[in-house]
Amino acid sequence: MSDKIVAVPDHVEPVVFTRDQLDWLPWLEPLAEPDLTARHMAGLVDAARAKSPYFRLLARDPEVLEARTRTDKDIFYNPEAGLPRAERELAAAATSRFNGCIYCASVHARFAATYSKRADDVDRLLAEGVDADLDRRWAAIVAASVALASTPVTFGPEHVDALRQAGLDDASIVDVVNAASFFNWANRLMLSLGEPAATS
Amino acid sequence: MTDVIDQLAGIAPGSPLDAVRARRPQARLHAQASHDSLFNPLSEADVARHERYAIACFVAGLHDRPDILAFYEKGLEDQALTSAIAAAATAARTHGPYGHYPKGPLSAEDRPGPVHRIASPAREALGDRLAAALEHTHMLVFHPRDAAPPHLQALLDVGWSTTGIVVISQLVAFLSYQIRVVAGLSVLRARPT
Repeated sequence: MSDKIVAVPDHVEPVVFTRDQLDWLPWLEPLAEPDLTARHMAGLVDAARAKSPYFRLLARDPEVLEARTRTDKDIFYNPEAGLPRAERELAAAATSRFNGCIYCASVHARFAATYSKRADDVDRLLAEGVDADLDRRWAAIVAASVALASTPVTFGPEHVDALRQAGLDDASIVDVVNAASFFNWANRLMLSLGEPAATS
Repeated sequence: MTDVIDQLAGIAPGSPLDAVRARRPQARLHAQASHDSLFNPLSEADVARHERYAIACFVAGLHDRPDILAFYEKGLEDQALTSAIAAAATAARTHGPYGHYPKGPLSAEDRPGPVHRIASPAREALGDRLAAALEHTHMLVFHPRDAAPPHLQALLDVGWSTTGIVVISQLVAFLSYQIRVVAGLSVLRARPT
């Protein structure tokens, strides 16, 4: 059996960064919902994710999907210590803006705006990019995220110093490292296995 | 059980960063579980173990991390392949992220850069299947926003399955994460308060 690319249906391609809800269309065949076994469902972690073509495509390797999902949830949702959720989402949005993942940026810009109540600052990051004028604390988080997303990685002691001067303790700095690094994982999957579409 | 991130970042049990990492126990456990699933998979039907290590060596080489490259080279157990990949990575190294946006206002932010092709004699040493995977890897590492369906077709054309492409994509994307966590934690460890 020779596998094939999936032709995407007619859709409107988003051409700017946005906080709007977007769809995502796969370029490869996801598993069909009726074909999902207990092993695949374990990989999806949340049963509701069986509705998502993205997660059903990743469910082709369910062990990796499960481990990835549990890593993701702890980095972003674990409320104990470290960085407030809003700023973990800021690191995710800034990484996605810098790498150019319009889909990931839309999701995490929405979360960053919701949790921080600073929609104007988030919109400036989306519109102007990672050099947008932000306060010292957010600028330090964005600069650290950019240095981590660069290849080779350019994150250095100066980024640690700037984060500390902005008030972050080491637990918070590790949250920045985890959140920004995780989106170098997520962006590459979202960008290369399908494409975003405006919701109809 | 060895935690690869701790090992590569030099985080010793009982050290301050060990305690910080322990505050995110699921992330720590499942970053390692991701590593284990990718390098000791239940099935090698779609991507063989040596192909996984070959790709990992290339990713580490592209990130210019000799320490991480040396770690993955230990898993490759093939001297000819190890040398071919090290040479291919040296020839392929550049600075990312670059690439194009969908035509529109963001086109002003387009940053052109190389589309890498594996040249002889590395191509002969690797074979078409692995060479295609490494070319895709280069795109994922340095210019993922250029990704398009023809890149996936090129992988299918040399015999990778749909599931194999998902595995390769997870592998390169996971390593992009792991290398950055190691880089970030290493800097922080060397900069105590």
